[in-house]
Amino acid sequence: MLIQQLVNGLTLGAVYTLLALSFSLVMGILGILNLAIAELFMIGGYLGFTLIQAGFPLPVAVLAGMTGAAVIAIVIEKVGYQPLRDAPLVTPMLSTLGFSIILQNIATNIWGSDPLQLPIYGDQYTLGPVNIGEMQLLVLGATVVLVALVAYIVQKTPMGRALRAVAENREVARILGVSADRLTMLAFILSGSLAGVAGVLIALHYGAITPYLGVEIGLKAIAVMVIGGTRQIWGALVAGPLIGIAEVLTVAYGGSQVRDFVVYGFMILILLLRPQGLLGGARSDQGQRV
Amino acid sequence: MSTYYASLLAESGILLLGALSVYIILATGQLSLGNGAFMGIGAYLSSYLTVALNVPLTLALVISAIAAGIIGAIVAFPALRLKGIYLAMATVGFGEMVRSFFLNFDTMGGSGGYRGMQHISVGYVWLWAGGILIAVMLLERSRVWLEMQAVHDDETAAGLIGLNTVVTKISAFAAGAAVAAISGGLFAHHNVYIEPANFGFERSVDFVLAVILGGSTVAPGSLVGSLLLVFLPEFLRPIADWRLAAFGSLLVLVLLVRRQGILDRSLIRMLTFRRAAA
Amino acid sequence: MSTPLLQLTGVTKTFGGIHALSGMVCEVPEGKIVGVIGPNGAGKTTLFNTITGAYRADAGEVKLKGVDVTQWPSYRIVREGIARTFQNIRLFGSMTVWEHLLVAQPHSESAWRRLLPIAWANPAAQERAEEVMAFFGLTELRDRPAKSLPYGIQRKVEMARAVTARPKLLLLDEPVAGMNHDEAEEIRSLMIRLRDTGLTILLIEHDMNFVMRLCDYLYVLDFGVLIAEGKPEEVRANPVVLDAYLGKDD
Repeated sequence: MLIQQLVNGLTLGAVYTLLALSFSLVMGILGILNLAIAELFMIGGYLGFTLIQAGFPLPVAVLAGMTGAAVIAIVIEKVGYQPLRDAPLVTPMLSTLGFSIILQNIATNIWGSDPLQLPIYGDQYTLGPVNIGEMQLLVLGATVVLVALVAYIVQKTPMGRALRAVAENREVARILGVSADRLTMLAFILSGSLAGVAGVLIALHYGAITPYLGVEIGLKAIAVMVIGGTRQIWGALVAGPLIGIAEVLTVAYGGSQVRDFVVYGFMILILLLRPQGLLGGARSDQGQRV
Repeated sequence: MSTYYASLLAESGILLLGALSVYIILATGQLSLGNGAFMGIGAYLSSYLTVALNVPLTLALVISAIAAGIIGAIVAFPALRLKGIYLAMATVGFGEMVRSFFLNFDTMGGSGGYRGMQHISVGYVWLWAGGILIAVMLLERSRVWLEMQAVHDDETAAGLIGLNTVVTKISAFAAGAAVAAISGGLFAHHNVYIEPANFGFERSVDFVLAVILGGSTVAPGSLVGSLLLVFLPEFLRPIADWRLAAFGSLLVLVLLVRRQGILDRSLIRMLTFRRAAA
Repeated sequence: MSTPLLQLTGVTKTFGGIHALSGMVCEVPEGKIVGVIGPNGAGKTTLFNTITGAYRADAGEVKLKGVDVTQWPSYRIVREGIARTFQNIRLFGSMTVWEHLLVAQPHSESAWRRLLPIAWANPAAQERAEEVMAFFGLTELRDRPAKSLPYGIQRKVEMARAVTARPKLLLLDEPVAGMNHDEAEEIRSLMIRLRDTGLTILLIEHDMNFVMRLCDYLYVLDFGVLIAEGKPEEVRANPVVLDAYLGKDD
């Protein structure tokens, strides 16, 4: 069923979008890849999952996932990024890799390495030929709302303008009296919260979670971020569903496992040919200067 | 020596080669998070050669290394356009593509894995690991290595003092890929079973971890890092479940207080000086 | 007359429509010290970058001993005989003085020898490095990380690095910028000694007095255009040059 596949692909894509946005908030502003975001997503998922299991309502679970992930993001920023901000950009990336290893280990020890299962959350609706779950609708709706919210914050508020100023040029931002340190923290918190929410939503949508969920979906989300463009908020909104649908369709029609091959191949092509992303405007200057 | 410790020792030799493969590329200022893929190529190719074609193992390893080296050079060519994090992300993508390729490579078992290799001894593993470590240490005193360092420090200036930076960067990738392939070939013939999941992102991360922890500015650093990664858990038995967290913390700690890793030039000089004086 | 070592004809370089260099014409004869002067932003460093292939000229030709090198990659130009220093010193952060002098040498040895330790494979390179180190008075500092040395010495290391390449032409980008009088005098005498060994030097400088007492011939740039040339005393007397410098902060 083509339409059914499209809907499923769209849902998967929505999760990619959220997580890609979470990556690009840090990447676009600080130029560093926070690899631990994948694990924030996973931890957020477990927190939400646990609360739902304990009988709490969905909003509480989402809030818990979001807060938990944001708090860990703060720790990562303070310990793993702040002291290394003058180092070559690869160094803080490696320290976030350290956190990612720690977080995965913690999750394995608390929740075990076997998948946790939960009955599919919410009702199922049938619209003509398409089956759609309440959770699926929620994922889609939440993605649109959250992307709009982030876009609003980054593009319309003074805080967002300051963030973009720092992204453009740290030195100028400092001269303008923008506190780069505070904004860096802010970017980490925003990005962590998004990852946490995305984690809760996907865990409930799948009805299952493992400590390896982060790596699996996180790497994909990095590809989505690259494809959408690291500096484009709306880029992720297009690239996420694009990849999600492409994946679901290749699985449905093309064959079992070629999907990863296609997705990462596409990411590499974008890196090489359009480093500003699919939707990026003028080619951003990533070349070196003499 | 018990078989258990022998197998740990073999594991560390295999990891040492993987770490050296990252180290060689890193020496030109390029971070590869996809060397697990080159390891996989070496593992699959050498296994195919020994199992299906009855090629002697040593010859199979050499052929795999050359093949991976050529693939490495081909991959490195477009990668010249990318630097830093963008290059690292592209190598992650490459690694996932190769893993996905082996998952679909039904001739060699696909997701079911491949078996039938002859088991090799820890001595054979270390013959290769030790030999290549020494070769890299000699290379570190060569003119080619100075050129690599120059590219690492300031690529533009390196070009403007007459160095062919393109050849340097591509050769480093090719050499790294070849060493990773040998690591893969040894892994395959030590474990006598391989599957695509052996050569994913986590493997590439292990290599990088060993280099960064042990010392990213000297080749013996990779040795220290590999031994640490394999043997430290043995001493951490009481906290066995938390050993990964311990490594993660150690990584962050090392980056914070000693960015060049445990071993560096001055520490080596100090140690050798003390031994000479005693 | 014999072919000049370096000859530029109509060399033009624009950045986003702005002419950093337009129609530059100059000649550097062998065995001379030639200076390029001009106020800040006159296009002096652009000139160097274009000669060494760091920038590609939009028009015109750069000829080294009659050979057109305009489109060559920079490493080939260097191997053909042009070595340079940089306005903002660019030494390699992880290398000692000694290593700087080894890395910049052109290599004639076969590929596999380049993979062996230098001490075994290429004692000649070591001799050359020793010799240049002694010439520049750097022998004592052999194993010091070059970037940890005082500024004036870093400039000398950079010059020495360029000289080990055995260039025919040495390009020096503001070799005495930020130096005190004594240090500048030392560099001046080094340059004269280098010329006496047969090396040709093209230098950029905006300290007028320094170049007047050193150069055999001068070119004056302003806003990317050659406004005057001649022997130092001619340039000094040229009213156009005075105009360009007057009222400008250099």
